[in-house]
Amino acid sequence: MQNTILKMNKIFFKIFTLTIGFSFLYFPILTLIAYSFNDNKRLMVWKGFSFRWYKELFQNEQILEAFYTSIKIASFSATFATIMGVMIGFSLTRISKIPARPFFIFLSSSPLVMPEIILGLSLLLFFISSNHIISFPSSKGQLTVLISHITFSVAFVAVIIQSRLSSYDKNIEEAAQDLGTIPNMIFWKITAPVILPSIISGWLLAFTLSLDDLVVASFTTGPGANTLPIVVFSKVRLGLSPEVNALSAIIMLIVVLAAISIYFINRSNIKK
Amino acid sequence: MIRYLKKQNFWFVFTPYFWLVLFFFIPLALIFKISISVSEWGMPPYRDLFSLSEEGFKFDSTLSNYLFIFSDPFYIRSYLNSLSLAFTSTILCLVIGYPIAFYVAKSQANIRIILLVLLIIPFWTSFLLRVYAWKVLLQGSGIINSILIHLGFLTEPISMLHNHYAVILGVVYTYLPFMILPLYGYLVKFDLNLIDAANDLGAKPLNTFLKVILPLSLPGIIAGSMLVFIPVVGEFVIPEMLGGSDKLYFGKIIWDEFFVNRDWPVASALAMSGIVILVFPIVIFQLMYAKYNFKNE
Repeated sequence: MQNTILKMNKIFFKIFTLTIGFSFLYFPILTLIAYSFNDNKRLMVWKGFSFRWYKELFQNEQILEAFYTSIKIASFSATFATIMGVMIGFSLTRISKIPARPFFIFLSSSPLVMPEIILGLSLLLFFISSNHIISFPSSKGQLTVLISHITFSVAFVAVIIQSRLSSYDKNIEEAAQDLGTIPNMIFWKITAPVILPSIISGWLLAFTLSLDDLVVASFTTGPGANTLPIVVFSKVRLGLSPEVNALSAIIMLIVVLAAISIYFINRSNIKK
Repeated sequence: MIRYLKKQNFWFVFTPYFWLVLFFFIPLALIFKISISVSEWGMPPYRDLFSLSEEGFKFDSTLSNYLFIFSDPFYIRSYLNSLSLAFTSTILCLVIGYPIAFYVAKSQANIRIILLVLLIIPFWTSFLLRVYAWKVLLQGSGIINSILIHLGFLTEPISMLHNHYAVILGVVYTYLPFMILPLYGYLVKFDLNLIDAANDLGAKPLNTFLKVILPLSLPGIIAGSMLVFIPVVGEFVIPEMLGGSDKLYFGKIIWDEFFVNRDWPVASALAMSGIVILVFPIVIFQLMYAKYNFKNE
């Protein structure tokens, strides 16, 4: 009897904690979405349901252009970061002779914890100096933002790939080698398929990191390379903007759809 | 050790190696160099460390930028503000995040996946927009004020924005997933039977927690704390959006020193001192990282 009460108490406490926790996580975002449908210039006073701010959002050239720039930089950054992240993960788990190996480990994990403001400042000063010395990059812009984003994303991809590679059985690769498989084939037929889910999640993470970055991009950007966070920040730094509410709702919708599809892909993989 | 990919080894190792040296290590070294250079009017606004003129080779360096920072209580206070913000929010994230991570990890497999997806969704939603959401919530005519007035706790709206409590709230909210996810990663691996075993042997729940669960999740606690503490020390966006003039933070000071005062040597010296202060937590993180990622070798 006492046990049952104890158990009930535990379940109650569990549901209570999870409800409070998840409400805290979702309440602000859901409020923002609700207000994006408010037909009133004064944000918090409810006047009626409308798509007015969505219409204005899609007519705002500045936001649309920034969105396009951000997507472009994020796709390139994620792709390059994933390629180099796979190289790092592979090197650190499969290749023993790396010159100054601890230094390499330091380099490939420090960007994970380096404060953005220091990273941004150091890259900006670097670009300015290198422009003075070798005239490259000729000006700050999309290229410098791209280089900076690749630099901090690589570390995140490398962690994901590394944990996958160190947790799976190397013997499979060795067996294939003993059976006379050509090295290249081992990589493409065995290693690559095993780490493919990690490659995909690494790419997605690098993509969101780039799409989300404000501080590093603010330092390294130049004329004609305003990313979406830079434009949004300039709009909401001092006040509120109903268009940004609409933008939040759209981004939330995309994230939820992506999460649901990843959930179903994973589930069908597990079933197989 | 596998011997294949011999020829490709070179490119596999050196492409990212070269990239990180060029775009991560050299820029950091450059900050150090500029931080000990003499400020000067011009472009770039500092004097070269080494110069070759008719009088011969000259080495021109100074510690005055550092002395300037550490003799001015304004800078020291902003460091302390940032450190205390990072410390407070790390503790709060841990206290709020631990029970959530624990119960999610201990749920049945099919519910657990759904809860995990629910944890990751806010993490993938734009950081800037999540901070902005609090700006909307906390302002005078915001929903929290309306609720409090409706319930009778307040008679008229108060501004909850632009103070350091709002900053702490914003930081805890946006960094919570960084705490929960590593904790979850360690708690999910851990065997529920251990709790039952401890209970069967007569341990009180508190003892079971302190002696069994907590030590086993310690790596997760350290990893999560580092992932919150270190970036929060340099946080710029949250104090800028939610904070006021009551407290200034390190990130904002660097930003202003660079973009407003255009004093590159002082900005660099500030960044270097930031790195020095963070060396201890970063080294802990590095050691943990090396220990848990390369333990098989």
